[in-house]
Amino acid sequence: MRSVLKNLMTRPEVSALAMLVLMVVVFSLISDRFLTLNNFMIVLQPMPEIALLAIGVTVLMIAGEFDLSVGSVFALSPMVMVLLLAQDVPVSLAIAAGLLAALLVGLANAGMTLKIGLPSFIATLGALFMVRSLAIVISGGFPPAFPRDMDTSWLVGRIDLLRASIFYLLGIAVIIAVWLRKTDFGSWIFATGGNTQAARDMGINTTMVKTTCFCICSVLAGFAGIILAFRIKAIVPSMGTGFELQAIAAAVIGGAALAGGIGSVAGAIIGALLIAFIENIIILARIDANWFKFAVGAMIVISVALNTWIRRTAERMRLGDDQ
Amino acid sequence: MSTTGPTEQSQSANAQSGDYLLRCVGLHKWYGSVHALRNVDFNVRAGEVVGLVGDNGAGKSTLIKVLSGVHKQDKGDIFLEGRKVVIDRPRAAMQLGIETIYQYTAMIPEMSILRNIFIGRELRKAGPRGFGWLDRKRMASEAVASIAEVGLDLESPHRPVKELSGGQRQGVAIARAMHFQSKILILDEPTNHLSVKETNKVLDHVRTLSEQGVTCIFISHNLHHIHPISDRIVAMARGEKIADIHPDDTNIDDLNKMIS
Ligand SMILES: Nc1ncnc2c1ncn2[C@@H]1O[C@H](COP(=O)(O)OP(=O)(O)O)[C@@H](O)[C@H]1O
Ligand SMILES: [Mg+2]
Repeated sequence: MRSVLKNLMTRPEVSALAMLVLMVVVFSLISDRFLTLNNFMIVLQPMPEIALLAIGVTVLMIAGEFDLSVGSVFALSPMVMVLLLAQDVPVSLAIAAGLLAALLVGLANAGMTLKIGLPSFIATLGALFMVRSLAIVISGGFPPAFPRDMDTSWLVGRIDLLRASIFYLLGIAVIIAVWLRKTDFGSWIFATGGNTQAARDMGINTTMVKTTCFCICSVLAGFAGIILAFRIKAIVPSMGTGFELQAIAAAVIGGAALAGGIGSVAGAIIGALLIAFIENIIILARIDANWFKFAVGAMIVISVALNTWIRRTAERMRLGDDQ
Repeated sequence: MSTTGPTEQSQSANAQSGDYLLRCVGLHKWYGSVHALRNVDFNVRAGEVVGLVGDNGAGKSTLIKVLSGVHKQDKGDIFLEGRKVVIDRPRAAMQLGIETIYQYTAMIPEMSILRNIFIGRELRKAGPRGFGWLDRKRMASEAVASIAEVGLDLESPHRPVKELSGGQRQGVAIARAMHFQSKILILDEPTNHLSVKETNKVLDHVRTLSEQGVTCIFISHNLHHIHPISDRIVAMARGEKIADIHPDDTNIDDLNKMIS
C-alpha cells in the first residue's frame, strides 16, 4: 500500500491530477452547469489542438530541450496545405506537404541547437519569428480560402458535441505514451534529458534522440494546426499566436521539468484540460475574461510548487522506511 | 597482497611472450593547442590490475577517454588481443568489451537502478535496437543478480539512483560494467568524493574483481589507493608516460616525488 502510494506520488502528473480533482469539485459548486456531459463535450472540442501541442512540447522537454516555435508551426503547416489545395493538389498530398514543412522546421531547430550549439530557447525563439513570418509571406499577405466543399468529417466530423479529432488525439497520446514507457528509444529520451553526458557515454546517440524529439514536437504542432483549420474551415496567418506559451504551460502544469528527464503524456493532457476548464468556468460563471491569464499563471506556480513538495515528501517516506 | 598464485603464473607467462590484451602505440591527443597525450605507449596483460597514477592534468582521463570511445586519438594505434581496433564512439568500445566507470557518476538520477544498469543496452523482448520492446522482467532479474554479485545491498532495483549514496552509485556502476562481462574494466578515479568507508568498499570490489581474473585499469591520484591493489603501476605527467613499474620495486614516497 505504502509503495503504491509512493509510486503514485513520484509520477510527474500527480500534482496536476490533484488540481484536476479539486477544480472539478470547486467549479461544480460555482456553476451547476459545469458538471454536465454537454459541458464536458464542449470543453473537449478544442482540446486536441492544444493537447497535441502540449504532448509534443513535453516529449521534447523530457529530452532536455525546448521549443518556442510550435505556435508558428501551428500556422505554417495548414497554410502550406491550403495553398496547395488551392492549386488542386489532392488533400492527402497537401496534408503531407504541410507536415513536411513542420518536419523541416523541427530539423532546423535541431540543427541550430545540436550542430551550431545555440541554447534551444534562443534557437526556437528565432524560429518563432522566422516561421511566423514565412507563414505570412507564403500566404501573399492575403489568406487563401479554405475549400468549402472539401470532406472534413474524417478528421473533425461531429459526434454529438464532440469532434472526431478527439480520437486522433487519443490514438496519438496512447502511441507516444507507450513508446516513452515501454520501448528502448523511450528510455533513451528520458536518459538523454536526465543526464546527457551519461547517456552519451553509455552509448546512446543523444544527438539523434534529441533531433527525433524536435521533429515530433514540430510535426505534432503542424498536425494540430491542420486540425484547427479543418475545424473552423478557415486559415489566418496569425493563428496559434501565443499557443506556444499555453502548450508549455500545459506541459509544466503536467509535471514536465525544465531541466529535462521528467514528464508524461498524461500530464500534458491533464495540463491542457486544466487550462480548458479555467477558460470554461470563466464563461459559465460570467467572470471577467481578463482573469484567464491570471488563473493560468497561478496554476503554473501552484502546480510546480505542489510537485516539488510531493516529491520531497515521497523521498522522506523512503528515509522513514529505512529506519 | 596482490593476486593469487595461478593468476600470477599466467601473467608472467604472458609477460614473457609479450602477449598483451591491450596495446597502445604512440598515442597523441590534442585539445586545440593543449597536447594532452604525448607519444604514449600503454599496455595491459590479461588478468592484470594496472594502477595509472599522475597529478591532476597529467592526461590520465584523456587516455581513458580514447580507450572508451569518448575521444578519438589524433595519432597512434590501439590493438586488442593483437588485432588493430578503431574505437570511434562509446558503443564501439563496449562492443569490444571495454567497460568504463567514469570520473563522474554516469547515471541518470531520476531513473531506477535497473534502468541505469541497462542504459543504452536495454534488453528487448522484440524488435531491433531503437525500435525494441523492453523486457522489464528479464532486466529486473538480471539487475538483481549483478547487484548481488558485487556484494551490494540495495533493497530494490526499482529505487531511483538519486536515493543512493555516492559509494552505492559506484557499486551500481561496477555491477553494470561486470554485467556486460567486459574484457577490460577501466575505473577513472572511482574513489573521488567518497568517504573513507565507501572508498574501502570500492577498493574491495576491485580486489574481488582482480581475484576473479578481471583485467582492470585503476586510475587515481592517491597512491595509497593504487599501491596495494595494483600488479603494475604506470605513472604519467604532462601527457607523457614517465614510469612503468612493479609496486614491489618502489614505495609510495618515491612515486609521489616522481609524479609531482
Ligand atoms: N575536453 C577538453 N578540452 C580541452 N582540454 C582538455 C579537455 N579535457 C582535458 N583537457 C586538458 O588536457 C589535459 C589532461 O587532462 P586529463 O586527461 O583530464 O588529466 P587527468 O585525468 O590526469 O587529471 C589537461 O591540461 C586538461 O586541462
Ligand atoms: Mg581525470
